Amino acid sequence: MMLASLIAILMVGGIAAGFLARVNQTACRWLSLITVTIAFGIILFIWIDEGLSMTLTDSWLRDLYIPWIPSFGIAFHLAMDGLSLLMLALTFFLGILAVLVSWKEIQYRVGFFHFNLLWVLAGITGVFLTMDLFLFYFFWEVMLIPMYFLIGIWGHENKQYAAYKFFIFTQASGLLMLLAILALYFIHGEQTGIYSFDYFALLNTTLTPDTARWLMCGFLIAFVVKLPVVPLHTWLPDAHTEAPTAGSVLLAGLLLKTGAYGLIRFVLPIFPEAAASIAPIAMLLGVVGIIYGAVQAYSQTDFKRLVAYTSVSHMGFIMLGVFAFNELAMQGVVMQMITHGISTGALFIIAGVLYERIHTRDILRMGGMWKKVPFMGTVAMVFVMASLGLPGLGNFIAEFMTLIGAWQANKLLTIIATAGLVFATAYSLRIMQKVFLGKNIEGHGITDLSLREKFILVPLCIAIIWLGLFPQQVINTAKPTVANGSHAKNHAAIHNRTRTDNVQYTSAFDTERRKP
Amino acid sequence: MNMNDIMSLIPLWILSSAAILIFFSISIKRNHKVIFVITVVSLLVDFFFLTGYSIKHLQPVEPLLIIDGFGIFNIGLILLTTLAVVLISYAYFEQREERKEEYYILIILAALGAAILVISKHFASLFLGLEILSVSLYALIAYLRKRERSDEAGIKYLILAAFSSAFLLFGMALVYAATGSMEFAGIAAWITQAHEMPMIVVAGFGMMIVGVGFKLGIVPFHMWTPDVYEGSPAPVTAFIATVSKGGMVALLVRFFNTLNGYQYTTFMLVFTILAIASMFIGNILALRQNNVKRLLAYSSIAHLGYLLVAFLAGEKLGMEAVIFYLVAYFITTLGAFGILATLSDKERDAELLEDYRGLLWKRPLTAIVFSAMLLSLAGIPLTAGFVGKFYVLAAGIQTHRWLLVIILVINSVIGLYYYIKLIAIMFDQKQAARTSQELHPLVYIVSSVTMAILVLSLFWIGVNPEGMMTLIRDVIR
Repeated sequence: MMLASLIAILMVGGIAAGFLARVNQTACRWLSLITVTIAFGIILFIWIDEGLSMTLTDSWLRDLYIPWIPSFGIAFHLAMDGLSLLMLALTFFLGILAVLVSWKEIQYRVGFFHFNLLWVLAGITGVFLTMDLFLFYFFWEVMLIPMYFLIGIWGHENKQYAAYKFFIFTQASGLLMLLAILALYFIHGEQTGIYSFDYFALLNTTLTPDTARWLMCGFLIAFVVKLPVVPLHTWLPDAHTEAPTAGSVLLAGLLLKTGAYGLIRFVLPIFPEAAASIAPIAMLLGVVGIIYGAVQAYSQTDFKRLVAYTSVSHMGFIMLGVFAFNELAMQGVVMQMITHGISTGALFIIAGVLYERIHTRDILRMGGMWKKVPFMGTVAMVFVMASLGLPGLGNFIAEFMTLIGAWQANKLLTIIATAGLVFATAYSLRIMQKVFLGKNIEGHGITDLSLREKFILVPLCIAIIWLGLFPQQVINTAKPTVANGSHAKNHAAIHNRTRTDNVQYTSAFDTERRKP
Repeated sequence: MNMNDIMSLIPLWILSSAAILIFFSISIKRNHKVIFVITVVSLLVDFFFLTGYSIKHLQPVEPLLIIDGFGIFNIGLILLTTLAVVLISYAYFEQREERKEEYYILIILAALGAAILVISKHFASLFLGLEILSVSLYALIAYLRKRERSDEAGIKYLILAAFSSAFLLFGMALVYAATGSMEFAGIAAWITQAHEMPMIVVAGFGMMIVGVGFKLGIVPFHMWTPDVYEGSPAPVTAFIATVSKGGMVALLVRFFNTLNGYQYTTFMLVFTILAIASMFIGNILALRQNNVKRLLAYSSIAHLGYLLVAFLAGEKLGMEAVIFYLVAYFITTLGAFGILATLSDKERDAELLEDYRGLLWKRPLTAIVFSAMLLSLAGIPLTAGFVGKFYVLAAGIQTHRWLLVIILVINSVIGLYYYIKLIAIMFDQKQAARTSQELHPLVYIVSSVTMAILVLSLFWIGVNPEGMMTLIRDVIR
């Protein structure tokens, strides 16, 4: 029940916050903050309670199964393993910061803003937890609409265009995934006579190589658009740039991760052979993304757009690592998902903080700010260094592990990808150079971080350094999911143990068919 | 016709007597409120009487009608939809100076026609029902006779509908000439015996498709839809979009199933082409509309195309999908036009995109309800429209109609664009520049409650569709 309560808390909190804003806006902000903090507390509780005692064979922490639409074999099935746990911890951590960062920035329609914010988080939580493919698609869509509103209402100048583009890209790819899900459902049903959308049932579907490739493409397209992989990335720079700070943090920190999560959770286990067969192409696309994103990032003048393109580059590592098919690379991917969420989220927050002070995102008009705002400069330095992969910070661990893993799979591509790190150094240092060093051309007189902003950025600093120095805890938590090929199937054991109600799979289609 | 038959037809008797009762009541004294109450009460009574029927009820009224679960379900749907239309109409017509009482007679008669349509199993009753429906609609469309567009729409519909009825009638005659039967079952039996279908029967069915296609408003028989949608009073538009089209769909399902039309590749091909054309043309033409009513008209063309996908998928699942989609579409369309009606004022309907600019900040609840309806039309989760679309896709994939399914997905994305555009306009922060021309409608409690019920059922079916699915499955059997 704890898992369902996570989603319920966020949804109810969102509605309550929406109404509360009519009475008192500050109360609405506090309520949102408390709601997300409670969810974060629950996750920490589960982690401390069980996460430390996970073993390779007993790796599922929680499970909840409630029949929802039995005639289609659809259930409200949530389950949590190490990977979901890590992703949820990241979700709520960034969620808290997203509420805090909007405290001053959002003064317009505060209630509706927080409603959308919490519902995005609820949708993402659902995506990371659900083990029913219909429900997965459901949450996949649920997180989009509030995100669309966040960009479309509270965004910057060109928000409508960005919001459209984001929505249509993700919807179109999502619908193709729905087709693949349905096809998988019917194939599985015809094979076994059990019509079910349950992840663990569908894992055992036998597919001909051809069918498997087509179906995998359906899933893949949804995830690579979200990730994003070049050439399907064009929505990302627009959406990230135009979104309000909280929206950018959620987009970069969490929504992109749902794509990576989908690859690890669904594409690899359900279509292992098909995925292996396209691995070289996928890795190539990853490398193209790394280089292309880095080059684009270097040539941007808009701070947020620059950071957006660094995301494209960093997400290339995920593509590279996932399709390297070994534990080391996969561990690197999981690390990358978390550290990228933190470091890019932080860079967007810095961009937002700067925008609030000088009302521009053009880095050519900034410069020489270190003297004025040493604290902000130091914090920015940490994340810029993280972004370029400085040892001692989380991103280094992630990229290093990914590259070592990828080396075993494809040497040439790994070498090129490593060159991407050099590009990363170039664009990262350019941020520092243009914004904080050099001359203060426009003579901005700005104030350093306020207490609230310190309270947002310092935990991020601590987190990124902590992950760089002590990554073992994360690696251990993710280990059962990424190391053990039969991890997903292990679920059967815990599943049967916890499931007391023996639900009959009934279906609409086992009855007679019309003979032509 | 024995006593049982008469008893079985009580739902139709109630409707007819209600029409006569209103007629006399008007001749005694014109009172909008009284007429409205009579209409609502008779529809409610009729519906509750209907719920007394068992779902397994099977009572043929030879040779014209058959009252079975499918028919009962559809009559119930028609009654509830008409009720919703009537509830929206009160506020709408109260604002307008025309004589509004006759409207209720016409709408009850139109519902009667649709009810006959969905339980007919004979060409004669089919045509009878269709004409009762159509003739009432001629008058309903042109009801606000002082508006130029209304007259134009009425005449247009009159000419085209008469024309299509002629096609239908001629087609029936040809089929009858060959088969010697006007009963669906008789025709089916004759065709099964004959080894190949003679040209004359094919021609007859072809002409019937023209007649049916016109009523459904699918491409290439869709020309009337945007004009009539635009010209009719908003509640009447809602009625045309739902009851009139839905009744025809139900009839088509019954006819096709009795004939087992799925074995004839020619018909399947024709309907496949019609479906694809409707989806593409409806959605593409909707993209550039500035008039909300026209936009919804083109969107309805596309939605009928989606419905045909489920219809073509056939089998049990396909039929379920058709009915479920109809229910979802009814709720959504009623909601959308209901909002349109409540926003309209005396002079004109709230049909321009500009009328909706910044609506969220002026009337938040209205805007949210309208957004929910549009998202349901776009097939976004949490709404009934999503489950409907899911059902249609499932039916299509089960029978491997990949072409149709892929085209449906492409069209959903195109459709998304204009629904989102409308929502974006409502969420726009800029206030409309021309404040002087803003609409100032009266808000009535009846309309608000109706909208609340519609939006609740939209979400209820979207989140918990199991009950509706079970009911439909029992009915289809």
